[in-house]
Amino acid sequence: MADKRTALFDIHKRMGARLVPFGGWSMPVEYSGIAKEHIAVRAAAGLFDVSHMGEIEVSGSQALALIQAITPNDASRLIDGQAQYSALTTPEGTAVDDLLVYRQSQNRFMLVVNAANIENDLEWIRARNSLGAHVEDISEKTGLLALQGPRAAEILQPLTEMALSGLSSYHFASGQVLGVDALVSRTGYTGEDGFELYFPASESEKLWTAILKAGEPAGLLPAGLGARNTLRLEASLLLYGNDLDRTTSLLEAGLGWIVKLDKGDFVGRDALARQKAEGINKKLAGFVMRGRDIARDHYPVYVNGAEVSHVTSGSPSITLKQNIGLAYLPLAHAAPGTTLEVSVRGRACEAEVVRTPFYKRKDS
Amino acid sequence: MNPQDLQYSTEHEWLRVAGDIGTVGITDHAQSELGDVIFVEFPQVGAKVEAGKTLGTIESVKAVSELFSPVSGEIVEVNKDLLNTPEVVNADPYGKGWLVRIRMEKPAAGLMSADQYAQYIIAA
Repeated sequence: MADKRTALFDIHKRMGARLVPFGGWSMPVEYSGIAKEHIAVRAAAGLFDVSHMGEIEVSGSQALALIQAITPNDASRLIDGQAQYSALTTPEGTAVDDLLVYRQSQNRFMLVVNAANIENDLEWIRARNSLGAHVEDISEKTGLLALQGPRAAEILQPLTEMALSGLSSYHFASGQVLGVDALVSRTGYTGEDGFELYFPASESEKLWTAILKAGEPAGLLPAGLGARNTLRLEASLLLYGNDLDRTTSLLEAGLGWIVKLDKGDFVGRDALARQKAEGINKKLAGFVMRGRDIARDHYPVYVNGAEVSHVTSGSPSITLKQNIGLAYLPLAHAAPGTTLEVSVRGRACEAEVVRTPFYKRKDS
Repeated sequence: MNPQDLQYSTEHEWLRVAGDIGTVGITDHAQSELGDVIFVEFPQVGAKVEAGKTLGTIESVKAVSELFSPVSGEIVEVNKDLLNTPEVVNADPYGKGWLVRIRMEKPAAGLMSADQYAQYIIAA
């Protein structure tokens, strides 16, 4: 099957982006270079086309009840215009997907899910929808741009009547951007301040082109999935399929903060409550390579000569100029300062466990 | 454009011959495909290399790739400047971004001309 394309595919090509297959989509991995785009997001701003992400609308009088039953975070705490990070959990407390829950009104929510999981998630949600909430896949008709970086607000503000200064982290508002109806959310996947804009996919070209033009004097660059990955890893934001999947418990993944055992029953609650009481055996930890060798995804990890794990995400850190990674480590070897060895094409290379996130922006 | 005086391999390395010394680098196409080069792992000076066999590795932000030797011989020099400025491979792949020099055992064989290589990357 041919890879799917976002509404901006032709524009990306015209701009000289390198397009690669990603989760069933043909997506731009870089325009001017991953490092340059990464630095632009940390110092000024970057604009990402992430229209491949899935949006699922859950509405009706039973919408909240359905979301509460299938996600571990407490969606009843959300107010209109607020979003939260959550997941779809298996009965074992592992992750079917990680997602954002947006509360638009008491009876209307939007779930934002990973592109590669849209079909699976829909099937999973519908199979548990005995309450009869309305569940609709609006992915195809929804465009999504992420404007990320310290100068994102000053770039976006002149393009909208909405007062962005009143929009705090994990809150959103509906209004117009350049005359296009949009949901503007103060969220992102880079570790910087920024916004994610949801709008009718047919308006993608208009918004993409106008935002890039408006942001040019401030140093805004189009940015691809390559920089998105190096940025999110520095901020220790998990990537589903690498750092999180159906074999990893949310507690092991360090996502205990989205597990609200006291909110009422949900899929996986019993297993997560048991794990919490008994304690976990391994956890996702960050490490920094001591030498110049780069740990890549799937490289084996050793402690005292014994293979204990593998790298779930590994990359050079462009901001820190070190080589960083994440791995599930036995608790005994997960403390900061612990020496690990990462097997880099057969050579044992030293690494040190460190606290995450690797990078935290100064004003946060 | 790919310089006319070089020979090219199917693995996207170039070879410049002067006497029995061959200088090897990666092509402009290869550096563009790799993206930002951040680390080059060289063979030892004095090591024997064989045509078509691995010569080292080159790492970009997003991936690691093997380098293959276009000729057989002995490594006589590696481009140490790249240890501190690996981005030169992207900026000047046919000049300051050269990788190694090899004392060739015999003349290179089975490589492409610049025009053949240009056709090769269009077809690939």
